[in-house]
Amino acid sequence: MSEKVLMKGNEAIAEAAIRAGCRHYFGYPITPQTEVAAYMAKVMPKIGGTFLQAESEIAAINMVYGVASCGLRVMTSSSSPGISLKGEGLSYLAGADLPALVVNVQRGGPGLGGIQPSQSDYFQATRGGGHGDYHMIVLAPASVQEMAELTVRGFELADKYRMTAMILADGTMGQMMEPVSLDFNVAPVPEKPWATTGTKMAREHNIINSLYLKPDELERGNFARYEKYAEVEANEARYEEYLTDDADIIIAAFGIAARVSRNAVNEARKQGIKVGLIRPITLWPFPKAPFKMAADHAKAFISVELSMGQMIEDVKLATECRVPVTLCNRAGGMIPSPAEVLAAIKKISEGGND
Amino acid sequence: MSTKQFLLSGFGGQGILFAGKLLAYKGLNAGKNVSWLPSYGPEMRGGTASCSVIISDEPVGSPIVSEPDILVAMNLPSLDRFESSVAPGGIIFADSTLIERKVERDDVTAYYVPATKMASDNNTPTLANMILMGKILKVLDDFDDESVTAALSKVISAKHADMLEVNKHAMQLGADFE
Repeated sequence: MSEKVLMKGNEAIAEAAIRAGCRHYFGYPITPQTEVAAYMAKVMPKIGGTFLQAESEIAAINMVYGVASCGLRVMTSSSSPGISLKGEGLSYLAGADLPALVVNVQRGGPGLGGIQPSQSDYFQATRGGGHGDYHMIVLAPASVQEMAELTVRGFELADKYRMTAMILADGTMGQMMEPVSLDFNVAPVPEKPWATTGTKMAREHNIINSLYLKPDELERGNFARYEKYAEVEANEARYEEYLTDDADIIIAAFGIAARVSRNAVNEARKQGIKVGLIRPITLWPFPKAPFKMAADHAKAFISVELSMGQMIEDVKLATECRVPVTLCNRAGGMIPSPAEVLAAIKKISEGGND
Repeated sequence: MSTKQFLLSGFGGQGILFAGKLLAYKGLNAGKNVSWLPSYGPEMRGGTASCSVIISDEPVGSPIVSEPDILVAMNLPSLDRFESSVAPGGIIFADSTLIERKVERDDVTAYYVPATKMASDNNTPTLANMILMGKILKVLDDFDDESVTAALSKVISAKHADMLEVNKHAMQLGADFE
């Protein structure tokens, strides 16, 4: 195994992207993701890549559209308000079936909000982010190692399905340092016969476009895209389970909320409460199967989130509302403490004994 | 002890984050699980900057230190803010040049090091953090030349390699302080 180094989550994303073959990065500074851009600015020129600080987030996402059209691995990164600006571009990428990686290191909202960590862009990320019928593959790292690995995975999935993949992190994940091993495999980049690489007078023109004025044609495209999405849902859902086998209470949490929850689970177990954790690693596709199975034996679910309660809706859908799902949350840049999560667990546990 | 939770706090510019990084690398080199999390709020501009470091035999759960085993306070606002959060039986290290008052809790151990004055007397006014680190590692029985040098060489970039000995000397001053 290679030597582990300490890296910030944001730096790990940038380094992993480079190792995944990304040579084009377009961005615009915003706390708490600026280290991604700073790292790219330092390294890209030395390896023949492109780092470009665009005049705005909107410009950056359209540059991504351009490079993606040419069949090259490309990414942009931002934080919540900046991602909203990219919303139009995300929709166009989906409409043109282009692969790209977009990183959202979330901060509190709505509006300009604050700069502290948040998970309140869950709806925006898992439901597409822009207008129209579409999805992105949404990956939720819970460690610096995963920041790196899921970045590579994101590029691979994006290319495989011709979709945008989003890393949905938060300020804590971006700013914290942990040991990371960068010794991971990168699958070869697949052929992209659809890309606009020049016909060399040897083939028909490839056209990248999201405008279809004939409704039947647009409808066909949408149906075809959703067949692809069904395939993604069937094959790509990822999650981690922790002490769920005998659990009466199941916590659902991703990213930093899962890290905090894990502490609370350990403490609750010490006190004899049977509690476990399901941590979705993909938020879209949402890992429905483990929730559905857990609902057969668990008495209650708790969704722990840094938002006013967004993933909780997917937990309710996945468990088909067969057992109660409650929310344990902080918002606006606040993070629930392990003690707060433990209190939520005990409340449910004691309530069940009445 | 399987997990040590550190909270380091001081003015922005006192080298809190750097000192935390040294601790984290020292843990990493010793084969431990570690996490390092800075505060990155607007308070960094002139106010209190802090940094959570966890060194553990177990995988690190939450990287946020809310009940430190060891508090390093490099200014008065840091001690005022975090003294009450230290775990019972914990240790507080205070820079007594900048903090005139004593620790009020009687269920923790306090060490007072005039680190800022010592740094200034040593003609390295920016290394009060390293003097404190020397003392901390000594108290934790974790101060040895080999591991300190190894960790320093990770946090000091090759470009500034000449600073390694300077930092080491500052740490030695702290370690020798009684």
